[in-house]
Amino acid sequence: MLRFAPPLALFVLAVPLACGLMGTILPAFGFLPALGGHRLSTEPFADLFAQPGLWRSAIQALMIGLVTTAISLAMVAGFVCAWYGTRAFRLIQHLVSPLLAVPHAAAAFGFAFMIAPSGYLARLFSPWATGWDRPPDLLIVNDPAGLALIAGLVIKEVPFLLLVTLAALPQVPALRSLRLSQSLGYGRMMGFMFTAWPALYRQIRLAVFAVIAYASANVDVAFILGPTTPQTLPVRLVDWMNDPELSMRFMACAGACLQIAVTAAALLAWLALERIAGPLAESICETGRRFRRDGVARLASGAMMATSALLVFGGLGVLALWSVSGLWQFPSTLPDTLSWRTWQRTGPALSGPLATTIIIALAATAISVAIALACLQRENETGRTGGNRALALLYLPLLVPQIGFLFGLQLMLIAGDADASWAALILVHVVFVLPYVFLSLSAPWRAYDRRYEAIAAALGASAARSFWRVRLPMLLRAVLVAAAVGFAVSVGQYLPTLLVGAGRFPTITTEAVALGSGGDRRVIGVYAFLQMLLPFVGFALATLVPALLFRNRRAIRGL
Amino acid sequence: MTDPSATHQTGLRLDNVAIALGSRTLVSVDHLIAPGDVLTVMGPSGSGKSTLLAFIGGFLDPAFSARGRVHCNGIDITDAPPQARRAGLLFQDPLLFPHMSVGGNLVFAVPQSVTGRAARRTHAADALCDVGLDGFFDRDPDTLSGGQKARVALARVLVSDPAFMLLDEPFSKLDAGLRDQIRRLVFERARARRLPVLLVTHDAADAEAAGGALIELAPAASDGNGP
Repeated sequence: MLRFAPPLALFVLAVPLACGLMGTILPAFGFLPALGGHRLSTEPFADLFAQPGLWRSAIQALMIGLVTTAISLAMVAGFVCAWYGTRAFRLIQHLVSPLLAVPHAAAAFGFAFMIAPSGYLARLFSPWATGWDRPPDLLIVNDPAGLALIAGLVIKEVPFLLLVTLAALPQVPALRSLRLSQSLGYGRMMGFMFTAWPALYRQIRLAVFAVIAYASANVDVAFILGPTTPQTLPVRLVDWMNDPELSMRFMACAGACLQIAVTAAALLAWLALERIAGPLAESICETGRRFRRDGVARLASGAMMATSALLVFGGLGVLALWSVSGLWQFPSTLPDTLSWRTWQRTGPALSGPLATTIIIALAATAISVAIALACLQRENETGRTGGNRALALLYLPLLVPQIGFLFGLQLMLIAGDADASWAALILVHVVFVLPYVFLSLSAPWRAYDRRYEAIAAALGASAARSFWRVRLPMLLRAVLVAAAVGFAVSVGQYLPTLLVGAGRFPTITTEAVALGSGGDRRVIGVYAFLQMLLPFVGFALATLVPALLFRNRRAIRGL
Repeated sequence: MTDPSATHQTGLRLDNVAIALGSRTLVSVDHLIAPGDVLTVMGPSGSGKSTLLAFIGGFLDPAFSARGRVHCNGIDITDAPPQARRAGLLFQDPLLFPHMSVGGNLVFAVPQSVTGRAARRTHAADALCDVGLDGFFDRDPDTLSGGQKARVALARVLVSDPAFMLLDEPFSKLDAGLRDQIRRLVFERARARRLPVLLVTHDAADAEAAGGALIELAPAASDGNGP
């Protein structure tokens, strides 16, 4: 039975991807019999390139991908190099880690509520410092250069890159390299940068690529924080795809092909940057400069990290506050009155999307955890890990822009009359949930001391008994954490739910994004609060269940 | 299947066993361990002595290749799955299952032929009593001292009714006074049950206390090619 697990995982990940790409490329060249496209043509591309401001949108998507990744990586690298092995490192690590679970849209709304002209930061400093007694007329959110969008993406990508780096750190002799370079007279920050970071970067490279792909093709955050005239390419594509005029879909698919090219160009540009940065760092290293006075740089890197985390936490707090605020005039820092009115008013409309969100997330997570467990157990039996090729395959759904294959997948599902079904929706969530579940579960699973299994077998336990009675209970916490990660990923999915659900399966996330940053702040507060509450409940359960179950077992209860 | 010359032998017979990594032979043994006897295999770490235990226990890493046969009381167990071999394993660490109580660890080991919840529990409690840990049934393994954990590990092995014992430096992590005491307890229990024992160690005192035959392995580096 377990023999079929790895091929099943491959099937679940690769088939939607391949079908989706195919289903995007064919209509882009005019072939889509269901909508009357019977022969190949380049007309959809001609239509696409005739759109006003198209190149601006495309180049902006490319730049946003690159700049977001560069800033996020620089922040994480600077922080790890400057602070690894200190108490401050652990403190900030604990501060930043939970942010991974916050859905992008909720973080983006929170960020908008912080930085907007009438947002919380302006209120904090008004009127005593700024002199404003009404919101200034500034375009901060949705600025044409996309700075708010970049910042909103950075604060969410930093926790991701930091966690990936933390997972890679044990595989690198980081502390010894640091001590060695320090004893040779190097400053802490550059000592680590020269000796440990290159090996660390090789380990996290795929994750960096995933950030480039995500940031260059993102829809939901761009919709909330991004420029409006014109919008970035991915947002415009989704508009076209959802246009009631069905013939627009040919052009949307051509646009999705352009998006794939944009993301590919961003990845290629990054590879070129790597080529430049590597030798540059080497030549600096060869000068033998010790960079011993790095106090200011270290402080700055720590402060940036903490600020980024506090902005998200602050934003989430402000969201929660708005959801229960009555009258809240500018520039008051706190609402004049508190009330449950918004919750009562939106309550009836909430329950449907809430149930849909939970059902899809639970099902996708259960399927993903089962597949991941089966694959890992198979690996345990055969002693073969899939190696780097399997890892690249796992990352594949995270490296291809979602739009690139979701458009095609939606068209194929419509053709097969299977769109807007629970099964299709859950399976498309699995495509995005499974990689995260697998990546989260594989490290503790492989680190497990196999002598326990030798003992169980020697005591007469079959492989199945040993799995269910010994290994699984001992790794229960890791399994539940992986499940919580998967649950959070599913809750945060916007585009797959929107497209494959054909709008008939509204979830908390699709409803929240649809409100946009210009909507009623109290209602946005309610939706975004629920969006962050769900993952939080998942992680709380992942901590509490083992703590209760094993409350008399000190070695593994975890709390 | 069964070597006719071995059918009437009791004890653990290692019949021309040799384990190799690539072209390098790590261990080769041809020996009969009679019931109640101890065979000690001594060698520095990395000499491959633990692979011998893994081979006999049935969980040799596929990276190694092995030849030769293993007979237990006349039955060829070379190709049997590990759970059918009835090997009593003790490692350096006690490796008590951390999610079970002390008693739960033992109940897990009680053979399936003992049926009924109460009977299995009584069996386990008796085994605990036998190593001087009466009343420890409901304790969390993590709250025991090093010596107590070692005793529970021994009781867990004994209660599973093993056919022979495989000891992988089981005393090396205990402090000196305790080491002697646990060593005596293990050998005494094995002798009382007339179990053949294979002990691998790098501690000469272990070999001396065991008192049986001794095979010394060369250090891995001596033959000139590393792993």
